[in-house]
Amino acid sequence: MAILIDETTPVIVQGMSGRLAMFHAEDMIRYGTRVVGGVTPGKGGQTLFDRPLFNTVKQAVEATGAEASLVFVPPPFAADAIMEAADAGIRTAVCITDGIPAQDMMRVKRYLWRYKAERRMRLIGPNCAGVISPGRGFMGIMPTHIYIPGRIGIVSRSGTLGYEAASQLQALGHGVSTSVGIGGDPINGSSFRDILELFEADAETDAVLMIGEIGGPQEAEAAVFARDRMKKPVAAYVAGLSAPKGRKMGHAGAIISAFGESAQEKVVILEEAGITVAPNPSSLGETVAGMLARATAA
Amino acid sequence: MDIHEYQAKEILARFGVPVPTGGLAYSPEQASYRAREIGGERWVVKAQIHSGGRGEAGGVKFCTNEDEIVAAANALLGRRLVTRQTGPRGKICARLYVEEASDIAREIYLAFVLDRASERVMVVASAEGGMEIEELSVERPESIRRISVDPAAGLLEFQARELAFALGLDVKQVGRAVRILMGAYRAFRDLDATMVEINPLVVTRAGDLVALDAKMSFDDNALFRRAEISELRDKSQEDPRESHAADRGLAYVGLEGNIGCMINGAGLAMATLDMIKLAGGEPANFLDIGGGASPERVLKAFRAVLMDGNVTVILVNIFAGINRCDWVAEGVVAAFRELDLTLPVVVRLAGTNVAEGNRILARSGLPIIAATSLADAAEKAVAAARTL
Repeated sequence: MAILIDETTPVIVQGMSGRLAMFHAEDMIRYGTRVVGGVTPGKGGQTLFDRPLFNTVKQAVEATGAEASLVFVPPPFAADAIMEAADAGIRTAVCITDGIPAQDMMRVKRYLWRYKAERRMRLIGPNCAGVISPGRGFMGIMPTHIYIPGRIGIVSRSGTLGYEAASQLQALGHGVSTSVGIGGDPINGSSFRDILELFEADAETDAVLMIGEIGGPQEAEAAVFARDRMKKPVAAYVAGLSAPKGRKMGHAGAIISAFGESAQEKVVILEEAGITVAPNPSSLGETVAGMLARATAA
Repeated sequence: MDIHEYQAKEILARFGVPVPTGGLAYSPEQASYRAREIGGERWVVKAQIHSGGRGEAGGVKFCTNEDEIVAAANALLGRRLVTRQTGPRGKICARLYVEEASDIAREIYLAFVLDRASERVMVVASAEGGMEIEELSVERPESIRRISVDPAAGLLEFQARELAFALGLDVKQVGRAVRILMGAYRAFRDLDATMVEINPLVVTRAGDLVALDAKMSFDDNALFRRAEISELRDKSQEDPRESHAADRGLAYVGLEGNIGCMINGAGLAMATLDMIKLAGGEPANFLDIGGGASPERVLKAFRAVLMDGNVTVILVNIFAGINRCDWVAEGVVAAFRELDLTLPVVVRLAGTNVAEGNRILARSGLPIIAATSLADAAEKAVAAARTL
């Protein structure tokens, strides 16, 4: 099944009755995503887009068998909503919310580990664009028309750079198995490494494009994983070559605060691990296409 | 968000961390009055700016009489101090902190940071205080000790004790160090800090432990629930372009070039700046208009970009997901009309409602330079900047 979501995944939307959440929930339904309901405390019993609304995630899971949740809840309440999903037995939660306090995310990560591995929820995001398996389903805010079904996996911190990548691939006739936004926060649910591991195991993915940026250790960790544990080819790009040290570039996590966190240093780390690095953000598609051609020739 | 040393010390003192007696001064007269209040014979006059490295930049002056205090205050107040952290523009000094001088026997480095690898609060300490952590990690890496704090349990006393003994403190000092560690950790946790640095934590000749300098930074995402921290903001320490944008909810970072940028998404914004550089141009700023941006917000973003007098060309690059190209286009048109724009404006739209967005731009009849891709947009902006 691609990864994380396909046409069979039953999805709920937490915070579905919010203005932006409604816009995107409707888009998800139109695309064919199996949206089975929504959760807004106090609106249980009502319906939205012919789907039932519930007061709690537990009630939604019991009534609909939901396995995935899109968390579209404002920052002060988002961490609580994520933990509610984990406790209710949701398998995969995707959190779009931007602006969750770092200490809340620290608590969320610690909370997720209370559960045994087989029932532990996988969290994607927060502050991300979501997950899409083109032609099958999506949970998120991405413009769907730029994705065509195919065999390239995309994993990106930035949502918009993920779009850029998908549309460049589309222009060259390459489709996407799944595109995953892991988000721009310093503490996020799933790392590059976590998603690379899923792509490596996915029979419908042939190669992966990883789009990183300045700040944090996750690109370096992923480089080691790709070198030691992956057979599939990986291409990468790191945004922020011109970012000054110590300045936060929009994303709470995009700040160079330690050795190895600049774009230049990450490029070196990735290349040393055998990853093909795109020289600029306009050549994401070409870089992947070139890498695939070389892999086929070899 | 950063705060001043004296503010960090007030906070830490509330959490039980001993600090030297001191007082705030806005004028030379106040400075000498503060020194008299404090008493004693030796004082330190410290420039309050949001930067480390103040000492070597001449921002910290030792004084032994009133004349020296007045002279130090005169030398510092109103001056832009350039340290190795401020950049060439420096930071204006409008406040002084006058403190009793301490008799220093030993200096210890102590910090609490958010460690991204472990996703926990990390305590970092070294018996070799006084140096910056960057120097320490190069020159004396073996002296650095780290403790990882389990967020469910918090910092535990035994961890603090182990660290205190490892720093070579005597039994009496260990008890004091544990109180300092526990207090500083609670300040970090309770106030949503991202960094607490006490450098140096000094052992005085009398054997007391005192936080001689203190720095705190706070999580911008948590300010909604930390009104008392938000109040400590000092706009004089910010780039005025950035203050203007931040007050309007825009993520903006001022740079030195002339191509003003307006982009959605931090990653695409960084990538666009990279692309401008590769095309031979220099960006004037980083600006992420965020998600779900209304035409009014786009107009605000134009105003923010135009705050910078160096801007000669504007580049708008939007790949809309949660945004809508039609709203952005309406904002661009509104900006032309309301701000009497005469600069070249390059616009690249893609994603949600792109056809409608491009129709709005075309129908407006405005001299907008349309671009079809990221590379095209960067090249056209750089070319427009060259022909001026």
